[in-house]
Amino acid sequence: MGERNLILAFESSCDETSIAVVEDGRTILSNIIATQIDSHKRFGGVVPEVASRHHIEQVTRCLKEALSKANVTYADLTAVAVTYGPGLVGALLIGVTAAKAVAFAHHLPLIPVNHMAGHIYAGRFVSDFEFPQMALLVSGGHTELVYIESENDFKILGETRDDAAGEAYDKIGRVLGVTYPAGKTIDQWAHQGEDTFDFPRAMEKDASYDFSFSGLKSSFINTVHNAEQRKVTLNKEDLAASFQQSVVDVLAEKTDRALDRFPVKQLVLAGGVAANLGLRERIERDMHQKHPATKLIMAPIKLCGDNAAMIGAAGYVAYQHQKRAQMDLNAEPGLSF
Amino acid sequence: MKILAMDTSNHPLSVALVEDWQLVAETTLNLAKNHSVYLMPTIESLMKSVDWQPEQLDRVVVAHGPGSYTGVRIAVTTAKTLATTLDIELVGISSLKLIAANVTTFAPEQLIVSFFDARRGNVFAGGYQWVSGKLVTSIPEKHVAFNSMLNALPSENRSTILVGELNDGLEEQLKNVTATQFKMAPENTTIPSAYQLALLSKQETPVKDIDGFVPNYLRMTEAEVEWQKLHPGESKQSYVREV
Ligand SMILES: Nc1ncnc2c1ncn2[C@@H]1O[C@H](COP(=O)(O)OP(=O)(O)OP(=O)(O)O)[C@@H](O)[C@H]1O
Ligand SMILES: [Mg+2]
Repeated sequence: MGERNLILAFESSCDETSIAVVEDGRTILSNIIATQIDSHKRFGGVVPEVASRHHIEQVTRCLKEALSKANVTYADLTAVAVTYGPGLVGALLIGVTAAKAVAFAHHLPLIPVNHMAGHIYAGRFVSDFEFPQMALLVSGGHTELVYIESENDFKILGETRDDAAGEAYDKIGRVLGVTYPAGKTIDQWAHQGEDTFDFPRAMEKDASYDFSFSGLKSSFINTVHNAEQRKVTLNKEDLAASFQQSVVDVLAEKTDRALDRFPVKQLVLAGGVAANLGLRERIERDMHQKHPATKLIMAPIKLCGDNAAMIGAAGYVAYQHQKRAQMDLNAEPGLSF
Repeated sequence: MKILAMDTSNHPLSVALVEDWQLVAETTLNLAKNHSVYLMPTIESLMKSVDWQPEQLDRVVVAHGPGSYTGVRIAVTTAKTLATTLDIELVGISSLKLIAANVTTFAPEQLIVSFFDARRGNVFAGGYQWVSGKLVTSIPEKHVAFNSMLNALPSENRSTILVGELNDGLEEQLKNVTATQFKMAPENTTIPSAYQLALLSKQETPVKDIDGFVPNYLRMTEAEVEWQKLHPGESKQSYVREV
């Protein structure tokens, strides 16, 4: 048996400060997540300066806790991995700065990790990866179909041209009086309602693999406002179910077509919105019926939102591929694959 | 005692290595460049040039603000993480006091006021005096309109020494102040020195709660100000929880 590979991973791209220790890219020894959601709820969404201030309050406490929960010392570590983008620049900088300080202090290699690769690698805690692979990445800031020809080689097949799916959930949630982030509540309501409104399915039949959710969002908001003007109360469960059905239909349809065109061994469903039960059920059913030869890997619900364990898993692979950052590593808010 | 001191609270970046209160090495960049890109490489190369290892350090000293929010956070995050991970002392010093200390006067009761531009005619400012070789704070640091700060300075027979960079807007305000007396300190006093920062830490006790150590912003965020206006008395101790 070789020595165990232990990666200390940092994640601070948005409103969670998270630090984890991951062994051999597949075992979580600790995964500390300090969420600021209760703070940003007050403002109806994430306020960047407030986020940066919370991250700096949390970072060393999370660091100590991650090591002690994992029952390891700095001397046991193999490398330090950190999310350097995409995300909020001021928020990213706290994780990047702290990770550099730890790597420097203990003479450890520093591994830069793309946050979106991290989301995909949440699936690595469910199953080994095989390539070629495809990922349906659906989160608060992104909605993309990613083709992964071989390990650590990501190519975007299609992406949203306007709002991300999670962003659309949060925006329509606000119209229904649901506090940020609204996805989970809308998902629950959707399960109690029916698709009675038949909202548009944008670009569903379009040849590209791109998505668009702003038309759906506007149509939803108009429907609710018109009803308010007419003093009619619409059933919120049916509204939620109709919205969700439209989102899920488009995501599933595009994924199906991408898989027809680019056959792969595995499909990974990941990102914050991958926690959506309606989406999980639909993709599971579709894969079973239409792509039985492709294995579906769904990120565990607990690891769909932002966390450092997924950064550790992606960092492990980047480490094997000799990816290294130096002490001049900077945050890259607009980083893409 | 081996000390690493650093300041990135405004445009300049300064890093020093100090042993037993003697300067070993210092680098100051005044380039308005990205501190995130330059701070760690500067520390790394300075340490290398004098053959120091991180585990030999005994204390980290940082200028904890006020200043540019992002700039201050880069040095404070670096300093508190190094102190935590190496299990060594951390001392925070006011970024305003740091430049005030560039004015070495031994005239008793000489008031030194330092300031940083905080935009829209405002400054972060504080007042200091040398008392038996120690620089003590005599006017608390605050975020304030530059002209009202100037007008509140002592007038009778005492002139204040002002330390800070004057941009056009601030210079204009300075011209209109007649009631009080002051002299601008020479321009070189506006550049912080991390060696000076290390020396200032001699009078201070190390931070007890390193996890709770945060920049001294001197200002709430706008979102927070607005929210508190609408929700008086509702603020909670902490908004962050572990999941
Ligand atoms: N069950 C759910 N159904 C739908 N959306 C959900 C569900 N749970 C969470 N979400 C949405 O997921 C989003 C958060 O996901 P995530 O944390 O991955 O986003 P992010 O990190 O802000 O963005 P990105 O990863 O693109 O940078 C929010 O928009 C939230 O509403
Ligand atoms: Mg995310």
